[in-house]
Amino acid sequence: MSQPRLNSPTDIATCRDDFPALHQEVNGHALVYLDSAASAQQPTTVIDAVARYQREDHANVHRGVHTLSHRATELYEGARDKLRDFVNASSRTEIVLTSGTTESINLVAQSYCRPLLQPGDQVLITWLEHHSNIVPWQLVCEQTGAELIVAPVNDRGEVERDQLRDLMTERVKLLGIGHVSNALGTINPLSEIIAEAKNLGITVLVDGAQGVPHMTVDVQALGCDFYAFSGHKMYGPTGTGVLWGREALLEEMPPYKGGGDMILEVSFDHTVFNELPYKFEAGTPNIAGTIGFGAAVDYLQSVGLENIHEHEKSLHDYMVHKLVDVDGIRLIGTAADQASVQSFLLNDIHPHDLGTILDHQGVAVRTGHHCAMPVMQRFGLPGTTRASLGLYNSSDDIDRLISALEKARQVFA
Amino acid sequence: MNASHDNSELQELYRDLILDHARKPRNFKRLDNATHTAQGINPLCGDKLRLYLCVDPNDRIIEVGFEGSGCAISMASASLLTETVEDLSVEDADACFGAVTGRLTRQSTDIAAPRNVDLTKLKALDGVREHPSRIKCATLAWHALHAALDPSQSIATTE
Repeated sequence: MSQPRLNSPTDIATCRDDFPALHQEVNGHALVYLDSAASAQQPTTVIDAVARYQREDHANVHRGVHTLSHRATELYEGARDKLRDFVNASSRTEIVLTSGTTESINLVAQSYCRPLLQPGDQVLITWLEHHSNIVPWQLVCEQTGAELIVAPVNDRGEVERDQLRDLMTERVKLLGIGHVSNALGTINPLSEIIAEAKNLGITVLVDGAQGVPHMTVDVQALGCDFYAFSGHKMYGPTGTGVLWGREALLEEMPPYKGGGDMILEVSFDHTVFNELPYKFEAGTPNIAGTIGFGAAVDYLQSVGLENIHEHEKSLHDYMVHKLVDVDGIRLIGTAADQASVQSFLLNDIHPHDLGTILDHQGVAVRTGHHCAMPVMQRFGLPGTTRASLGLYNSSDDIDRLISALEKARQVFA
Repeated sequence: MNASHDNSELQELYRDLILDHARKPRNFKRLDNATHTAQGINPLCGDKLRLYLCVDPNDRIIEVGFEGSGCAISMASASLLTETVEDLSVEDADACFGAVTGRLTRQSTDIAAPRNVDLTKLKALDGVREHPSRIKCATLAWHALHAALDPSQSIATTE
């Protein structure tokens, strides 16, 4: 892993200059981007890596003997190596490149669970999950007669550990759990939960979409079996993702999609599938996006995930400190361990009205159910307003949010 | 854009009439004797409402009610709808659907149709035309009205 170029979190303020999209006016105001949990902006190095590939190196991968195909393959497979290093996978064959977290989870549901699950078996998730860690399990449960069961959360937005433990029985074949809740920011105590599940022989998939942008992830240290994440939540392009899986499990799993690149030999009677990870990568992949994904890994490592974590943590503390002073604010999600994501309500102003008023002042936030309807129902809400911070945000951004909220209070006074 | 211009655009969207109807929606009630009903769902926002109509044998709407939850724009629009179509014939009410949604989506410029129905108040919703992501909030109740009057539909979505 490369050494971070920054020495302390205070240096991180210079990173803002790396993101061209942040330097623009929206509705007559300098943009304040507080929606990184939906999709993070991309640094120049990512944008340039994609553009350079498109201009100079584009060809199909793993196919041609010509020079451009060779270059494209080197860049594409180079990104896989970077991603292996990024999550400390033991082998590059464990890094399956996908279109994103959603595809990664669907791959596990269909390739690992579908052949395995019997009527009476259970898949266990929590109330915090994003729809992408709910619906794939619902589908495979319908297909197999298995049952989807859900561990509750408390009023702070933390998984009820006792009840989660009680639900872990020999009937449970897989636990699907988010690393960080996209709606509430809760960081799950994964090491402990995974250890409990593994003691009972339960396979664990972690939805890491909101984990990788904020903290160092070591899949071997976590002890899970699958870890899924996306490029665009960590300053890379959309349409890119990874499924990390233990080699022994991936080896046993049948292909998920059929097509080119995932085969060694095809006749009309029989097909010999390619080796890992290509067995799961049918068709021409998102070459440009994946090269950009690799550049995003380089960028995060150059800034240093420890620096990012410290910076975002102090900024989140500042945001909470300022928010609670706003008259009529109600924080949703107050877990003891929280990433730089904060949901809230302001008086009885509907989140969509609030989002529009903030946008008028150049402040971009997410409003609504955050693709996590069940957790909204848990709190009896149709939705919230969510401010999510990235490495490029500053305390000035928080101050702008606070003054924009005051304006909203006036409009709805 | 300066701060006052900023304010005026926001005030254009959240006019007093809109805020008043959003806070105190008229005819916010379930009608147990409804002859026509439809649900309106905006899957993007989560806005959800149900519209109830009592239509007499002469095809006249004699009572209107709605219930549901959503943003100020969707609630105000539904409230204004109930005031507008009460006492109208089914045909005129459906013409209002066309006139209002046409105006809000800029497919027509005039809100005059149908004859003898005063739709002036609904111009208060015009602010959404500058906010593409909010137009569906304003048209949701009207799509529910159209669906309620069409026997082949029971759920209207904005998608």
